[in-house]
Amino acid sequence: MYVAVKGGEAAINNAHRLLADRRRGDRSLPSVTIEQIVEQLGLAVDRVMAEASLYDRTLAALAVRQSRGDLIEAIFLLRAYRTTLPRFGTSVPVDTASMKVERRVSATYKDLPGGQLLGPTFDYTHRLLDPSLLTDEPIEEPARKNASDERVMRVSDILAHEGLIEADGDFPDDHEAGDLTREPLEFPMGRDLRLQALARGDEGFLLALGYSTQRGYGRNHPFVGEVRIGEVDVELEVPELGFAVSLGRIRVTECQMVNQFKGSSKAPPQFTRGYGLVFGQSERKAMSMSLVDRALRAEELGEDITAPAQDEEFVISHSDNVQATGFVEHLKLPHYVDFQAELALVRKMRADIEATRNGGKDRREAAE
Amino acid sequence: MDLAKEIEPTADIDGRRRTAGLLAEASADELRAAWDKLPDKPDVKAVRGPETGLVMVRGRIGGGGAPFNLGEATVTRATVLLPSGVAGHAHALGTDKIKARLAAIFDALWQEEATRSFVESALLGPVEARVAAEDNRTAEETAATRVDFFTMVRGED
Repeated sequence: MYVAVKGGEAAINNAHRLLADRRRGDRSLPSVTIEQIVEQLGLAVDRVMAEASLYDRTLAALAVRQSRGDLIEAIFLLRAYRTTLPRFGTSVPVDTASMKVERRVSATYKDLPGGQLLGPTFDYTHRLLDPSLLTDEPIEEPARKNASDERVMRVSDILAHEGLIEADGDFPDDHEAGDLTREPLEFPMGRDLRLQALARGDEGFLLALGYSTQRGYGRNHPFVGEVRIGEVDVELEVPELGFAVSLGRIRVTECQMVNQFKGSSKAPPQFTRGYGLVFGQSERKAMSMSLVDRALRAEELGEDITAPAQDEEFVISHSDNVQATGFVEHLKLPHYVDFQAELALVRKMRADIEATRNGGKDRREAAE
Repeated sequence: MDLAKEIEPTADIDGRRRTAGLLAEASADELRAAWDKLPDKPDVKAVRGPETGLVMVRGRIGGGGAPFNLGEATVTRATVLLPSGVAGHAHALGTDKIKARLAAIFDALWQEEATRSFVESALLGPVEARVAAEDNRTAEETAATRVDFFTMVRGED
């Protein structure tokens, strides 16, 4: 039973006023600007865009600032904002093969067309705290070298020439890509819907699930075929024009995971693949996504489903951190009546048990 | 009003696509500077917007397979009409309404014989050059991080 109660209005107003004060912090320090967040905390901004499923660097930075750096709160803010906007349409699928590549590494081929391009990576740093960043010392300009015109070829295309790897995932031509923002989730779902859910899924949750597959819970023998980061054009068919025009570019991270596969009753021995594509620069997320995408293809490939990462309903139902935080955090809201009911119930059960015990004792006493 | 009907022969599609792409890349400052330089400012009628909405960005499974919905992006669009009846459209990522309105005006001005060369020289040319320079810089910075493998010689011979 729900009983409406009123109260706390002044407390709530003052709490929000206090929140605004704590958000601002020490007034003798300059306030952090949106531009500074975009430029200097760019990977936090990227994570918020990816998991909010809304690409807009400025608004994501605003959300980071408003949430005091609580990224799940920031994701929640951006998700809420998107519900206020109409949808103009659906883009032409982005072409990651023609990405303006800023980083590209492959763990399967040393020498491959386009080369190993490290880009701005944390890899090979020693993870030692850098005291020079305690102050504002000048930073060197990046080194430059003449860029080659060599096309940064997809690793999956290299393997495809030998016929040893499965094709990119296909659906019948008349299949319309599912959209979980428009239709309720139903299981089992197509790989297209799964990828949409994973692309906005919580990085930590997907990282843990991907890790679990490596530790043997649904092992799938992965190699990073390649990870690439860079900008792609977003094009939209404009009905007034009758053709597609560019809306500008977005930065994405793509991971092609290549998995050894010994074959099953449904498929011959070959390399199979898991795919990851994420807004912004986030290879941890893209790699985790591709591991989980591959794990969730167990049924399609005729593998035994034995581990959590292979359980579609479990993974997709729990990957969204806005849903998760909503349900977990609602527990702190008033449950006074529910709890009173539980309290009465526990008291009654306790009384019944004690009555039974005492009754037994009484009977024993009577028998003696 | 059927705007599609009054627009150009198909041969001009490449030109329109290039214009639209560069207008989407242009910054609000670049657009404003070009507008300030425009000698005869037309009396522009707003037909639609500027308004902000979403476009669902699609990717492809495995990079080249069936499409899937990756996530949305903010887009701001505008349509304007010049006194001559030529319509201009603009669509660009982000939420900048001034940018969308100016871009729509320049899209219309580009279609007019009399103002096309102005739009090219005052706006599209400089934007194209800036984007190319930025892309080249990024490509060169990335190229400097390319790994050159060398083989260590082992053994006695």
